[in-house]
Amino acid sequence: MKILVPVKRVVDYNVKIRVKADGTGVETQNVKMSMNPFDEIAVEQAIRLKEAGLAEEIIAVSLGVTQSQETIRTALAMGADRGILVETDEALEPLGVAKCLQKIAEKEGPGLILMGKQAIDDDANQTPQMLSALLGWAQATYVSKLEIADGKAKVKREIDGGLENLEIALPAVLSVDLRLNEPRYASLPNIMKAKKKPIDTMSPADLGVDVSPRLVTLKVTEPPKRAGGVKVESVAELVDKLRNEAKVI
Amino acid sequence: MALDPQVMDQLVEAVRRFVEERLIPREREVAEADLVPDELIAEMKALGLFGLSIPEEYGGLGLDLAEEVRVVQELGRTSPAFRSVFGTNVGIGSQGILIDGTEEQKRAYLPRLASGELIGSFALTEPEAGSDAASVRTRAEKDGNTHYRITGTKRFITNAPRAGVFTLMARTGSQEDGARGITAFLVDADIPGITLGKPDRKMGQQGAHTCDVNLDNVRVPAEAIIGGREGQGFKTAMKVLDRGRLHLSAVAVGAARRLIDESLAYAMDRKQFGQRIADFQLIQAMLADSETEWLAGKSLIEAAARDYDAGTDVARRAACAKLFCTEMVGRVADRAVQIHGGAGYVADFPVERFYRDVRLFRLYEGTSQIQQLVIARSMIREAEREG
Ligand SMILES: Cc1cc2nc3c(=O)[nH]c(=O)nc-3n(C[C@H](O)[C@H](O)[C@H](O)COP(=O)(O)OP(=O)(O)OC[C@H]3O[C@@H](n4cnc5c(N)ncnc54)[C@H](O)[C@@H]3O)c2cc1C
Ligand SMILES: Cc1cc2nc3c(=O)[nH]c(=O)nc-3n(C[C@H](O)[C@H](O)[C@H](O)COP(=O)(O)OP(=O)(O)OC[C@H]3O[C@@H](n4cnc5c(N)ncnc54)[C@H](O)[C@@H]3O)c2cc1C
Repeated sequence: MKILVPVKRVVDYNVKIRVKADGTGVETQNVKMSMNPFDEIAVEQAIRLKEAGLAEEIIAVSLGVTQSQETIRTALAMGADRGILVETDEALEPLGVAKCLQKIAEKEGPGLILMGKQAIDDDANQTPQMLSALLGWAQATYVSKLEIADGKAKVKREIDGGLENLEIALPAVLSVDLRLNEPRYASLPNIMKAKKKPIDTMSPADLGVDVSPRLVTLKVTEPPKRAGGVKVESVAELVDKLRNEAKVI
Repeated sequence: MALDPQVMDQLVEAVRRFVEERLIPREREVAEADLVPDELIAEMKALGLFGLSIPEEYGGLGLDLAEEVRVVQELGRTSPAFRSVFGTNVGIGSQGILIDGTEEQKRAYLPRLASGELIGSFALTEPEAGSDAASVRTRAEKDGNTHYRITGTKRFITNAPRAGVFTLMARTGSQEDGARGITAFLVDADIPGITLGKPDRKMGQQGAHTCDVNLDNVRVPAEAIIGGREGQGFKTAMKVLDRGRLHLSAVAVGAARRLIDESLAYAMDRKQFGQRIADFQLIQAMLADSETEWLAGKSLIEAAARDYDAGTDVARRAACAKLFCTEMVGRVADRAVQIHGGAGYVADFPVERFYRDVRLFRLYEGTSQIQQLVIARSMIREAEREG
């Protein structure tokens, strides 16, 4: 079985996000970029499946600017076998990404597509669901546990108020949650070897996909500054404020 | 080996992340327990840190010195005790074999040193031979034609409690022969006759251990001589220390970076007289002096390492770098404590620990005074030659 793992280049999770002065988006110039942390979990899971003898090949795919290649290299250093870069300067939206991934999946025929449940930049949480619809494959989102056997995937999903157990047929699209695993560090020797692994580069047009934006961003603003809290004198006062001011109890 | 710049950036980034996420959060625990936990050592092995400087053909990464000093600066940003775990395998405990060893010796030791399976230590210093390293008294007497018996005491040997092999300097000639009577042996730690002293109780760098190594009639084969020839040991030791000077300078520069980052963050947070202390010019002067000295040290080692890789003799510059960088980090640590005020004197802040940790850098692998002698003598020799 092949596993396809889409990996997105995003602003590093340690960076303090700043909104551009003209309100058109967030500052990405001279900002540290790295792999979306949820995608790292997906890569890790794919490697574990391969190590368990359940997969033969892991393909890391990234869409975006040339530098997305670095994100693919990170996946290759962790243990993916080869990469595909769909290169474009276009501001990508979930539907455009899902359509490109659909074409790649149809060509590569993976048994499993493992993706992060969302990207930490736009928090859209849409691409896996759109991709599964486009492919007509089963999907399971927010996966926190995964077992593969007999052409089926047994998954635990994190949902409001608990866990849901599902069994779905492969091929399938899974979006992974934080608690599925703890991703490994790429070892230094593997970072060096990753340079020799192949990366195919293509454009959305090569895949026959039009990725031009369907959405218009009107304005991006900073969230309102948090106002300072107040100190209460007693439990009674706290309860009173919660009941009468905050109206939460 | 000159790596592709993109790969090198990724390598540095991977080390930085490991330092930030895995090592820095455990610093205090390691200092208090005086122990680097086994699971962290296993992670260091998995990452490949033990093999940084060992060539790829022997299972290491084969970084050239310019690459090594970049990586080591990142490692310098956390407690030196962590670096010490693999530091001797990267530096003084493996370089003798690499520089002057026979092919058999390289094959026998380097792959296990690169993986971290074997710990290598460097045993030169003795109770009565410190700066005057050419005066070692540990004796190696011929035992028939095929063996030697070694007797003596080695002092302050880093990683000796965990070492599997010592690069050990012993005298095969007479005391009058000085440096020419010294031979470097590869002594496996499990040979009968070797006993270890109690770990030394050090000022800082808790978690890294040194102790005496006592040798009583330790029988080693003649093949244990590095390079197979008697009398070359002092030269080997000096070559090892030469390269080590730039490595250690890089550790010092990394530690200075950390101290400055801690100081800046504290100064921007701490308020006195109704404002951030970072806004006082006297604090700004300390920050600016430290930043400038850090940059000078960094520039010095990076340029010297590049020239070393290009085959230039950088012996004098390496001594200049060791002298400047290790003294510099002492000044930076002192300012860091000062900027923290009373908080810099109590153990809740890392600068208190770093202040003690970095003190060692001015002492081992050649004290500052010995570096001064090396530099000045080289200047005088050159002037006499040109005279
Ligand atoms: C924590 C630690 C780890 C160590 N690890 C190792 C190791 O792994 N392997 C190893 O072999 N050694 C190791 N050493 C030993 C270290 O290299 C020596 O301590 C160092 O070389 C200084 O020698 P000494 O302590 O005998 O001091 P001394 O040589 O007695 O020096 C005392 C003072 O006299 C000065 N001095 C000496 N000679 C002169 C001179 N000619 N002119 C001017 N001033 C002079 C020195 O600069 C110093 O200020 C370690 C030491 C420590 C503390
Ligand atoms: C071991 C110990 C024992 C102590 N014992 C006592 C005690 O018994 N009783 C007691 O009352 N206190 C005691 N102290 C507190 C001590 O007096 C204070 O730590 C000291 O006055 C510094 O204050 P601070 O720590 O708040 O540093 P800060 O005032 O925050 O100073 C931080 C840095 O900012 C600098 N700075 C502050 N203001 C300015 C300015 N306007 N311009 C330029 N630089 C400035 C300082 O010089 C320092 O470098 C003790 C402290 C220690 C560590």
